[in-house]
Amino acid sequence: MSIYNSMIEWIDKRFPLTSNWKAHLSEYYAPKNFNFWYYFGSLALLVLVNQLITGIFLTMNYKPDASLAFASVEYIMRDVDYGWLIRYMHSTGASMFFVVVYLHMFRGMMYGSYRKPRELLWLVGMAIFFVLMSLAFTGYILPWGQMSYWGAQVIVSMFGAIPVIGDTLSQWLLGDFTLSDAALNRFFAYHVVTLPILLVTLVFVHVLALHETGSNNPDGIEIKENKNPKTGIPVDGIPFHPYYSVKDIVGVVVFMMVFCGIIFFAPEMGGYFLEYNNFIPANTLQTPDHIAPVWYFTPYYSMLRAVTVNFLWIDAKLWGVILMAASVVIFCFLPWLDRSPVKSIRYKGPYFKIALTLFVISFFVLGWLGTKSPTPLYTLLAQIFTVIYFAFFILMPWYSKIDKTKPEPKRVKE
Amino acid sequence: MKKITIAIFILCMAPFSLFAAGLGIVLDKAPIDTTDNASLQRGAESFVNYCLTCHGASFMRYNRHRDIGLSNEQILDKLIYTSQKVGDLMQSAMRKKEGEEWFGVIPPDLSVIARSRGADWLYTYLRTFYRDDATATGWNNLIFDRAAMPHVLYQLQGEQKLVVKTVDKEKQKSLSLDKPGKLTAAEYDKFVGDLVNYLVYLGEPHANTRKELGFMVMIFLLGMLVLSYALKREYWKDIH
Repeated sequence: MSIYNSMIEWIDKRFPLTSNWKAHLSEYYAPKNFNFWYYFGSLALLVLVNQLITGIFLTMNYKPDASLAFASVEYIMRDVDYGWLIRYMHSTGASMFFVVVYLHMFRGMMYGSYRKPRELLWLVGMAIFFVLMSLAFTGYILPWGQMSYWGAQVIVSMFGAIPVIGDTLSQWLLGDFTLSDAALNRFFAYHVVTLPILLVTLVFVHVLALHETGSNNPDGIEIKENKNPKTGIPVDGIPFHPYYSVKDIVGVVVFMMVFCGIIFFAPEMGGYFLEYNNFIPANTLQTPDHIAPVWYFTPYYSMLRAVTVNFLWIDAKLWGVILMAASVVIFCFLPWLDRSPVKSIRYKGPYFKIALTLFVISFFVLGWLGTKSPTPLYTLLAQIFTVIYFAFFILMPWYSKIDKTKPEPKRVKE
Repeated sequence: MKKITIAIFILCMAPFSLFAAGLGIVLDKAPIDTTDNASLQRGAESFVNYCLTCHGASFMRYNRHRDIGLSNEQILDKLIYTSQKVGDLMQSAMRKKEGEEWFGVIPPDLSVIARSRGADWLYTYLRTFYRDDATATGWNNLIFDRAAMPHVLYQLQGEQKLVVKTVDKEKQKSLSLDKPGKLTAAEYDKFVGDLVNYLVYLGEPHANTRKELGFMVMIFLLGMLVLSYALKREYWKDIH
């Protein structure tokens, strides 16, 4: 027996190494028909690792102090060896995290990955999304630029809109009456300790849940229902390692080309990844003319601003907050809203296809509107597209049920 | 089905083409080339002479100027007029409190001003000051109304005055040179061009390194793409 084998055996008697390797990699059977949309799960993991590692190095030089924060970021950009690279990797990674996660979620919506038996997998995924949003919010405050400060001010004022407890709640969150050094310190703590631990744990749970149910696929059929009677292996399944590990490497390289293209040639991404106004240090006395959140929050921001009338004793601002929260939380109900007999868009009828297309358009339009200063026309557009956005979810039980579906195949298509 | 999708998409996007143009001030294009060390060195000297008195560039160290071809001796000779050392940050000579008393606001730090304002805005701003007796400083600016900063470069540019013409019921503002300065219009444009070029460099001193390194990284990734794709094909032979 070789030294290697005896070492593995020694470990296996004390820790389930080989059995886990098999269960999650070499004998985890994934459908063989994954397409382009199935790269984004592993890419999300890659970006997570990127954020964790670059984050550690940024923490070594960043100062969570309202009077030093902005300068410490510029110190990283100028005087720390390759600090500019680490910082751009982190700032670009933040935006790319959302790009990848949005595409990952869209994949789930197209192929019905949230449907039974993957409801919990979807819910854990949503929890990851909420933590990711909190991480993005707390992280964006740290450079303490004008957009950091006033963007956070907008978010915090949303808590203030909650009746009775609003003011007390926002004071409790901020540790002060206004957004100040106290808040910067605690948001830093959330950003570098609390939320990353939560995120990593949830990602672990997400993968565990995935490996329990097995992966969905573009045909939306269960490969586990058709196993080879002799081996017990799904006939349409292939071991994740080496097949998908080598395939995902190609995805990683292509993604890296886009990622590095941004880092090295357009780190500000036209003001969308790093806003121009955030190169002005936070000034508590000077509200910028135009406050826009970073691009990944703009669809929700549009919906927040879309409500302009008081309704049912609740004022417009609070309705905006309710609507904004609902616009994110509503994804959680997808497994139970979808009543279609088939999972995948490939076999769903025209109603679902039209609804999903309208949803994607409304997401983009709301996102675009969120970067603009409101005008009466823009507000009207935001209202129309907010209705379309919610209609996609609320009407789903109806249109998914009466839709004309095609029969699902027995085996996955190549 | 695809046709319906495309039709819906076009219908939804139609309202946006109407106001895509929008209103905006036309800015002059700044001549930016951060690889032109001679221009950056001229800009750095002008910056130290004309800007650093009131504004700081307090995130920037003097010795970083070795990037643009200056030696430590040259930096000490050309850029440092005080007792500061070559490794010090470029602090303003003026105290913040004094600035607030004199101008009403603390003159902003200029380290990253080119990243927030943009080169074209700065290039236009520094060339569009005009005499205006209605303001506290006696100066005003075409693209920054009632700017707190007086025209510190007037000795070079001369004094401009505002000319308002009404064309098709719309007021059009332009400037004409009232009293000439030491430099001709073309020389002044070049002077401001160098200064703004330096401000762009100042905003991100590592930008050139970034692009050079990026080029190498992309070549590496192209190689990786070929290798990883070949590896994937080799394994996937069994499946297809």
